[in-house]
Amino acid sequence: MLRALCITWFMLVSLESMAIVNGHEYPFKDGTEIENTTRAQLFRELAEELRCPKCQNQNLSDSNAMIASDLRRELYKQVKAGKDGQSIVEFMVNRYGEFVLYKPKMNRMTLVLWFGPVGLALLAIMIFVVVVRSRRKRIQDNVKDDALDPQEAQRIQQLLNNTSEEKK
Amino acid sequence: MKRWALFLPFGIFVLLGFLLWRALYLDPKDVPSALVDKAFPEFSLPTLMDSKNKTVADIKGQVHLVNVWGTWCISCRVEHPFLVELAKQGVRIVGINYKDDNDAALKWLDDLGNPYVFSVDDEDGILSMDLGVTGAPETFIVDATGTIRHKHQGPITAGNWGPLETIWSSLVAESQAMNKVGGQ
Repeated sequence: MLRALCITWFMLVSLESMAIVNGHEYPFKDGTEIENTTRAQLFRELAEELRCPKCQNQNLSDSNAMIASDLRRELYKQVKAGKDGQSIVEFMVNRYGEFVLYKPKMNRMTLVLWFGPVGLALLAIMIFVVVVRSRRKRIQDNVKDDALDPQEAQRIQQLLNNTSEEKK
Repeated sequence: MKRWALFLPFGIFVLLGFLLWRALYLDPKDVPSALVDKAFPEFSLPTLMDSKNKTVADIKGQVHLVNVWGTWCISCRVEHPFLVELAKQGVRIVGINYKDDNDAALKWLDDLGNPYVFSVDDEDGILSMDLGVTGAPETFIVDATGTIRHKHQGPITAGNWGPLETIWSSLVAESQAMNKVGGQ
């Protein structure tokens, strides 16, 4: 029992410092235990976040294209060497353009991309508020119109009185 | 509510329809190259023919087409006869033999003709990665100062050479003008 537990524990620890991406194993062994775990984590993240330059809708971890496997190897090499995420992303962008980023950088070109949805939502809320307000105002106006002003009330009262007197 | 406001949804529909219709004719693979107007990356690679190393200095001084090719690439075979023709017309073409087998590549040049001034052997694809190559064939137009001025993805054919030739000849004219100024 204890032995089985130990084996599972060791397996879990070793799995943490190993990234399995696209069916391939990418072990990280060169640094300390913590370094290896964070590197494996970084590798997994970047393989998800970087887009295969040849394929429209696949990231590096999904794609089987030759260029994707080359880039996975390059990514592995750089992560293993202890490079940080930012400089690896820069390396890729310098070669393949911003196209490779599934999470595009914020700049003048991508401003619409980042704030377009928020802008549209604000516009929708504004239109909603305007429509609701104008409807409410119209209803209130109608209610006011329906109410009798004093002259009308007097006239009606008079007519009613007249009819009741005629009946007598 | 004002009457024109009733046409607003229709207007939005027309606008969206137009955008989507336009997008039908856009090529999503037409990604702008990150390397245009940047210096050709440094390299030192052996040629296929004599295994002597060539560097970026060897493509400076004259306008070059730098063509990425491999014997495993079918479109390269389609492109090849046209490159041979271009070379005959005096276009200087430098080859990057991308992740290829040396013997196969030499045999290909033997059988089909060699349009290249020289071809470097990029067996590991390191130079090609620095060039942002995603597949073969890809062709860069590099000016006399060693700056990449244009990138073409896919085979060059008689059909699409027209606009490339315009760039090519304008660069050649540019480098001749520069030489004149330099010579005085």
